[in-house]
Amino acid sequence: MHKRRLVLLAVLAVVSVAAFLTLGLRGNLAFVLQIRAVKLLALVQVAVSVALSTVLFQTVTANRILTPSIMGLDALYLFGQALLVFLLGGLGYAAIGGGWKFAAEVLIMIALAAVLLRPLLTARLDMSLLLLTGVTIGLLFRSLSQLLFRLLDPNAFAVVQAASFANFNALRADLTIIGSVVTFAAAALCWHLRHRLDVVALGREAAIGLGIDWSRTAALLLLVVALLVAVSTALVGPVAFFGLLVAALAERILGTRRHAVLLPAAALVAIILLVGGQAIFQHLLGSASTLGVVIEFAGGIAFLLLLYLGSRT
Amino acid sequence: MILIEDLSLAHGGTPILRDINLTIDRGGIVALVGPNGAGKSSLLSLIARLRPLQTGRVVIDDLPVTTTPGRELARRMAILRQDGVFAGRLTVRELVSLGRFPHSQGRSTPQDRARVEEALAQFGVADLAERFLETLSGGQRQRALVAMTFCQGTDYLLLDEPLNNLDMFHARHLMQSLRRMADEEDRTAIIVLHDINQAAAYADRIIAMRDGRVVADGTPQDVLTPDTLAEIFGYRMQVTQIGGKPLVLHHL
Repeated sequence: MHKRRLVLLAVLAVVSVAAFLTLGLRGNLAFVLQIRAVKLLALVQVAVSVALSTVLFQTVTANRILTPSIMGLDALYLFGQALLVFLLGGLGYAAIGGGWKFAAEVLIMIALAAVLLRPLLTARLDMSLLLLTGVTIGLLFRSLSQLLFRLLDPNAFAVVQAASFANFNALRADLTIIGSVVTFAAAALCWHLRHRLDVVALGREAAIGLGIDWSRTAALLLLVVALLVAVSTALVGPVAFFGLLVAALAERILGTRRHAVLLPAAALVAIILLVGGQAIFQHLLGSASTLGVVIEFAGGIAFLLLLYLGSRT
Repeated sequence: MILIEDLSLAHGGTPILRDINLTIDRGGIVALVGPNGAGKSSLLSLIARLRPLQTGRVVIDDLPVTTTPGRELARRMAILRQDGVFAGRLTVRELVSLGRFPHSQGRSTPQDRARVEEALAQFGVADLAERFLETLSGGQRQRALVAMTFCQGTDYLLLDEPLNNLDMFHARHLMQSLRRMADEEDRTAIIVLHDINQAAAYADRIIAMRDGRVVADGTPQDVLTPDTLAEIFGYRMQVTQIGGKPLVLHHL
């Protein structure tokens, strides 16, 4: 049953990709296709990194309604970005190459995540406290970023502002290569760990009882999540509920949380929504800028539904 | 053999365990009894390395728990905690299969699958195998968890109040299964029990704790006397004998 549904999802994903590449083709085919292929690569990579980071994060927190962005991880990333612009100035920031910039932003983010989030995972707070902490961390770092924005000169401000909103049109092509490498490596690692992740999902004590080295595994998974969030946020900006929507849909469709099935399913659902949605918006409706809004809207509703259904059981 | 030496534990300045020294030989059922807050669960989680040791040493078959790789220990020792909470949709069979993880690392062999089916049948959850855990009653879920712990196939089983939520039929059945496992396969179960008469009927050895100390240790006949029971639980109770086993009238 799982296999057939996975195949169905894969077919839908391929259809979305084909639609994205071929709908409304005009002019110099080779040129247009090349542009679209680069954009497709970036979209697929964002889809996969958001899906994987959400599933991993839910597994390591043993909680189905948490996502990295609810816990403020993308706020951490954006704060790192604002901090870099603030320290280097708009010109200095623009002058360093895309790769170095990204590396510096990721390092700042991982350092912050290690200091703020790891204690939470090892202390095993209950869920409401965890959510509250996450929301507070997100708010704190968004406010700190706002503060830095006010201290910036207008030119530097324009540089960071462009990066602070989810935008599926203005993808940063310079980061696509680095992002692809990170996402591919993370996906390979997830696949390698898929059985261990099933055990991790049982929670800290049961996992230790079954022979998992908890603190090392949790730290590794958190590191991978931070990297994936950095990749997707760097490319398109923060997306709050997309990951949640994708993980919840994949679990509904497959009816299991076994990672050997759930990880590929979540990635495929994300590709279908993002690439397929972008194809429809960009080539059929001609109003591309609203895909972000629609996805966040649907994701927000999924979040509320999960809260509602969860509170009944 | 499980060796516990000079084990102490404090939580925020409050002592929970004080200088525990125990040797538990292989084979048999050891019951941990005592009032609430005596430190029974804490002792069990220290043995099972769920908490870091503060002082003292725990050694399982010559393997110190602090330095031995988790996977190695998971093949010798399984633990069932009181509060198993699971996120996500997991069927009973998937849960029980995870008990084989220390052996199979997820790539289960036909033997692993046979052990899973055996455990499902043994604890009466075979007909619930495809149900999701969240749809089960407390007692059914408890049996699924017990089946998973058995399925791990370890020499030592640490069970924290395994009779919670179980009806009389299943409680008796679980104790008989443990007895058979101890007698026929020379395996060891260490169980936290609140029903002192279950301990009287099935345990080979009773270790009684109070205020973080071991206050009595011996066979059921030795420990379950009115004087010792009063020392452990703080009130006198009658003890009679039925079929050669002590029966404590603790409710009167």
